[in-house]
Amino acid sequence: MITLEMYLTLSALVFGMGLMGVLLHRNLIFVFISLEVMLSGVNLALVSLAHYMSDIRGQVLALFTIGVAAASVAVGLSLLVANYNLRKNTDIDELVELKEEASND
Amino acid sequence: MIYLIFIYFCISFLGISHMALTRKNPVHGVLWLLLLFLHVAVVYLFLNAEFLGMVQVIVYAGAILVMFLFTIFFLDIKIMPKERRIAKLWEGRLVIGLSFLAVMVLVFSSISPTYKGKHTISYVESVGNTRIIGEILFNEYGLGVLLLGLILLVPMISVVILGRRKA
Repeated sequence: MITLEMYLTLSALVFGMGLMGVLLHRNLIFVFISLEVMLSGVNLALVSLAHYMSDIRGQVLALFTIGVAAASVAVGLSLLVANYNLRKNTDIDELVELKEEASND
Repeated sequence: MIYLIFIYFCISFLGISHMALTRKNPVHGVLWLLLLFLHVAVVYLFLNAEFLGMVQVIVYAGAILVMFLFTIFFLDIKIMPKERRIAKLWEGRLVIGLSFLAVMVLVFSSISPTYKGKHTISYVESVGNTRIIGEILFNEYGLGVLLLGLILLVPMISVVILGRRKA
């Protein structure tokens, strides 16, 4: 029998993969792809908890998560397009307008 | 047998997300992400969430990934060289990410809830998964559905404003 702990560990591992992607990637598109991986890890945890606690509200919450994820991806991609129109690239290390001038990295 | 299936899904989740996050070309990354979402939908079927599996395929794989692909094709992104694909200060970021991952795996692998709700498998089977989700969604969380509609309206306005070219 597959226990709840195994599903939760799997979801934590998927979330962690996405987190490493968000932290390490320099291309803004890959940061959004990593965010989607993180969200699928969270949804997996919600649905497995809903199954093992026999309460279907976890699935309803996962449904809300999917809706809000769609909204956040729409805003993020439109910001990406605006940033691309400004600088002609998608490099997050070049977003340095708020950085102090005197500091040498 | 069920263990073999679960081990397959563990290996494929980790392998597919690794492949999705290490591609050079963003289009290949999005296509690997599509494969990951289809695997997640199958795992939802194992967890008795038929409606959510269908929503995962239709909304995530059908709508959100098409939005990703459209944006990538729209921007004409050049593939970044290898030394520019990893962010600056990556050692500290790697340490933070690995420690967070270790804490999350330790905590999540020791959760054992005692609460049991009333939606048991036989009850859900007798009424129907989609009907129960609909009843709870529109009775208990009706205000949440309205707020979700509002949240989905705001990005539409923001996309129109942000995507508008200066005259």
